[in-house]
Amino acid sequence: MEIKYHYCLQCVEVDVNLPKVELYNGALEVEKITNQWYNDFKNSNYGAIITFVGVVRDEDGIEGLSFDIYEPILNAWFDSWQQKAQSQNAIVLMAHSIGDVPNHTSSYIAAVCSPKRRVALEMIDEFVEDFKHNAPIWKYDLKDGKRIYARERSYEINGAGILA
Amino acid sequence: MVTVEFLGPIGKEPMKVDIKSLDELATILKNDCDVANWLESCAVAINDVMVCSKEVQLQDGDKVSLLPPVCGG
Repeated sequence: MEIKYHYCLQCVEVDVNLPKVELYNGALEVEKITNQWYNDFKNSNYGAIITFVGVVRDEDGIEGLSFDIYEPILNAWFDSWQQKAQSQNAIVLMAHSIGDVPNHTSSYIAAVCSPKRRVALEMIDEFVEDFKHNAPIWKYDLKDGKRIYARERSYEINGAGILA
Repeated sequence: MVTVEFLGPIGKEPMKVDIKSLDELATILKNDCDVANWLESCAVAINDVMVCSKEVQLQDGDKVSLLPPVCGG
């Protein structure tokens, strides 16, 4: 064990051998990533492996989505989740796109591997929701050749507004 | 000097300022028309650690990041 990151003024200790965030330019190769995860962990005696695949929907005339990511804080956020998962003998996995992702392709995959199904079912819900609200990723609609910040679908991070 | 960076859609180049506190930074940014409207919705990190209070002393070489509302996935 070593201290890897700090998040919200707390030290987060995470085993350096545990999975890290996987970032890819453009749309995710879903079959490749999820098959890799399954092969990596099917022999680790996890009774439940739950995968969530986010797919870009064709709505409001968009051609796709685009993403900016701030990696240092994303890694710290993810490591804090890995620590939380560890406390329940589970692990979390995550892949995300950087840049443009066309409609009907994937920009986000999350997974939980756990000895017990109930832990995995509850954790995937909480993990994905916290990701939406606190992971430092910014979403843009691709529409009419423009990249438009999706402000109305975005969430203020905990503690927002301290400089106002 | 403290470096201030503006992440995601804010679209402003980093700036260097001679300040010792987030209070001083708030005063500067409230008078910056490129950023003022973002302050209400932005979270703040110092050296990549999220902070929940303005009561933090800044040191020479620190990096302050402003994080506007997020939405991954």
